[in-house]
Amino acid sequence: MADRAEFAAEAMQYAGQLYSAALRMTRNRADAEDLVQETYLRAYRSFNTFDEGTNLRAWLFRILTNTFINSYRAKQRRPVEDELGDIEDLYMYKRLGNLDASRSAEDTLFEMFTDDEVKQALEELPENFRLPVLLADVEDFSYKEIAEMMDIPIGTVMSRLHRGRKAMQKKLTDFASERGLISRSPDPEAQHVHG
Amino acid sequence: MADCNETLRELEQFLDHELSDEAREVIHAHLGGCDHCLEAFDFHAELRIVIAAKCRNDELPPGLLERIEQCFGDDA
Repeated sequence: MADRAEFAAEAMQYAGQLYSAALRMTRNRADAEDLVQETYLRAYRSFNTFDEGTNLRAWLFRILTNTFINSYRAKQRRPVEDELGDIEDLYMYKRLGNLDASRSAEDTLFEMFTDDEVKQALEELPENFRLPVLLADVEDFSYKEIAEMMDIPIGTVMSRLHRGRKAMQKKLTDFASERGLISRSPDPEAQHVHG
Repeated sequence: MADCNETLRELEQFLDHELSDEAREVIHAHLGGCDHCLEAFDFHAELRIVIAAKCRNDELPPGLLERIEQCFGDDA
């Protein structure tokens, strides 16, 4: 890119996405603001290492993720938890998959959960699981991109995504259950997931 | 043709667009003939849309853009 000013202008369009992601990572506004500001400052200082043929958005998210892992993790109130309970596959689908056949699942799910509930379900995941789920399901990055951003093997990305998604879906199912949207003791055998 | 268990095992990689073309074809072929698996795939595809939509709509704090541009200036 020709110069820093041009780079800065180009990069600013991602501020909203970076801020939302920073909020999910840090779980508080003050740290999220600092994290985004720090990300832009680092990007600005090393813009000459950005390869113009590559994806600017991915590059910025890589800096964001790196900065969070290296600088903010230590400040988090909760210790890093690596363990999630063992949740059966398709846990949510077996309980919520057949709610209202007359409407699309997207409409039903969209109305079933508030924004805050979905954010909470994601933010409650331990960080090791939260980052891959955020980067894949919200930000749509590939396994390879996430592996590079977090500096972990692709197989680890895949297993954390699998377990993180199940835990997030369990939390969402709990929200639906608390509000009486589904029966508390569903009968998964009644669903037609078969072999 | 893949059975339901094999197909459901590939659900995440399929929705993540991480399968080879060949493996995608096998899944497509199964989904074309199996409403039960198709429903499960649809549910998770739509869940993903809802999660993404609800997790990326935070309002930028007032003044943040200006503060970022300001620190570019300070660093120049």
